[in-house]
Amino acid sequence: MLELRNVSKWFGGLPALQDVSFCMEPGQVTALIGPNGAGKSTLINCISGVDRAQSGSICLAHHPIGALPAHKIAALGVARTFQNLKLFARLSVLDNVLTGLTVAAKRSFTVSMLRLPALRHLERQLRLRALEALDDFGLAKKAHWPASSLSYGEKKRVEMARAFVSDPRLVLLDEPVAGLNTEETAQIARHIRRQRNAGHTMLLVEHDMELVMDVADQVVVLDSGRCIACGKPEVVRSNPMVLEAYLGRMEATA
Amino acid sequence: MMTARDNLLYFLYLHRTGLTVLALSVLLLVWPLLESNPYNLGLSNLIAIYAIVVLGLNLFIGYAGQISLGHAAFFAIGAYGSAIGTTTLGGPAWPVMIVVALAVSLVALALGLPALKLSGHYLAMATLGFNIVVYSILVQWDKVTGGPSGFSGIPYLSIGSVVFDNEIAFHYLVWTVAMIALLLCLNLVRSGVGRGLAALAEDETAAAALGVDTRRAKVKVFILSAVLASVAGSLFAHCYAFVSPDSFNIFVSVDFVIMVVVGGMGSIWGTLFGTALITLLPEWIEALESYKDIIHGLILVLILLFLPQGLVTGIVDAVRTRIALSRHHA
Repeated sequence: MLELRNVSKWFGGLPALQDVSFCMEPGQVTALIGPNGAGKSTLINCISGVDRAQSGSICLAHHPIGALPAHKIAALGVARTFQNLKLFARLSVLDNVLTGLTVAAKRSFTVSMLRLPALRHLERQLRLRALEALDDFGLAKKAHWPASSLSYGEKKRVEMARAFVSDPRLVLLDEPVAGLNTEETAQIARHIRRQRNAGHTMLLVEHDMELVMDVADQVVVLDSGRCIACGKPEVVRSNPMVLEAYLGRMEATA
Repeated sequence: MMTARDNLLYFLYLHRTGLTVLALSVLLLVWPLLESNPYNLGLSNLIAIYAIVVLGLNLFIGYAGQISLGHAAFFAIGAYGSAIGTTTLGGPAWPVMIVVALAVSLVALALGLPALKLSGHYLAMATLGFNIVVYSILVQWDKVTGGPSGFSGIPYLSIGSVVFDNEIAFHYLVWTVAMIALLLCLNLVRSGVGRGLAALAEDETAAAALGVDTRRAKVKVFILSAVLASVAGSLFAHCYAFVSPDSFNIFVSVDFVIMVVVGGMGSIWGTLFGTALITLLPEWIEALESYKDIIHGLILVLILLFLPQGLVTGIVDAVRTRIALSRHHA
């Protein structure tokens, strides 16, 4: 599905990612964990085309995407959410989710301006899909609210609805539960599990270890831009290098 | 079960945009029968011409989130293009209008490709510079443009035996074009393209990650708005049979931006209101005539300080939020 080989990225002279390599299988949830500043968001930005890796290759279904601009990667079926919400405050909740269907909508200015029956039909179908996605995330009642008037937790869910509405091949979730309380976190966890059961492939950046251990099929650990461990959650959890990265160097305490 | 009343309400809701356009069209059809003063008709015609420019500009500023202080230049190229094409070169008016609009689209493409890599202040400066260049050409190249004293003797437009040579005939001509432009813009913003533009205005990174080709979309909207300005310019030239550089200086560009801001960012209906208000304001208050630019500047500053989304949009957004929240608490 997604294959990264020796992906590296520097900001100036500072290495943000060094030779990161791992593979993702279709239908699996891969969690990307690591301390702050480990390069997790940078990696997601590189995969989604928001940023560009300087060396190494990123392949989506054997198709190299590392050099493509963001909108082309989106057209190949990669959707994402952002760590700091990037909702369109002035649009309604429904319109926000509809922007997630940009790739499925007609792109021609002329066709849009004429609004012939075929386009009306397509637009109606897209609206139904968007409403369905909102319903999935429990927000159907607020479809016509301005996005700015939602609570933080609701906004996070709108972003997820926007990412999943197009039924993408790969969804990148950048800290979906950051800043949420326990109840909201449990809710998001339920949504993620449901999307996994529906067969979605996800890359999840998250600090919440409980959530990670709960939903992930595979865990990739980054530390200072290096991939220090990769494997099943229960294996990674007991890896001494991971413990060291998270808890500091273990002194011999015996 | 849906009752007949529910059906009617649903029909009205489903076709609200089309029905509003229809109602406005009917109003405009009967307007010359109610208003016989040619001066007032002349004013409403000017509103229609400006509205065509401002509709396009609102797509560019309000939807795509860019800035242009040079749309009077495209308006000028349309007007002078039609004037020179029909009078000096003796071409037929309608085809000349189309050729000029195509030429303007090429100019907009040539200007937009490099300029739209810029944003904010830089884009404002680039478009302002373009306006100044075009204005200087109009003033200096007097053999072709007539220089500061203007260009006269432009023929009236006609369709068959109908000649558009009086205010009532102009009224039907310019408002027909304005309503078509309004409908096209309303359609555009209600489509995936329009949502992509709105996304682009709020967050370019997010829009790109959703599949919006941001650079291409910006250039396309820029071209569309330039073509609308050009068509409006052609109509302007043919309606008044005379054009002079003063109708196209940078203050006119600024006025267009103020019309967008009063109407509200990304509000197509607000555009009509903003255009009408700013066009009529100096007429209502005579004292404003000489201090027009100061007053307009003041309006711009006040609105941007207190309602950055624009006057109409700002109020509508606030009301919508209020309604949503009050329903929630009820």
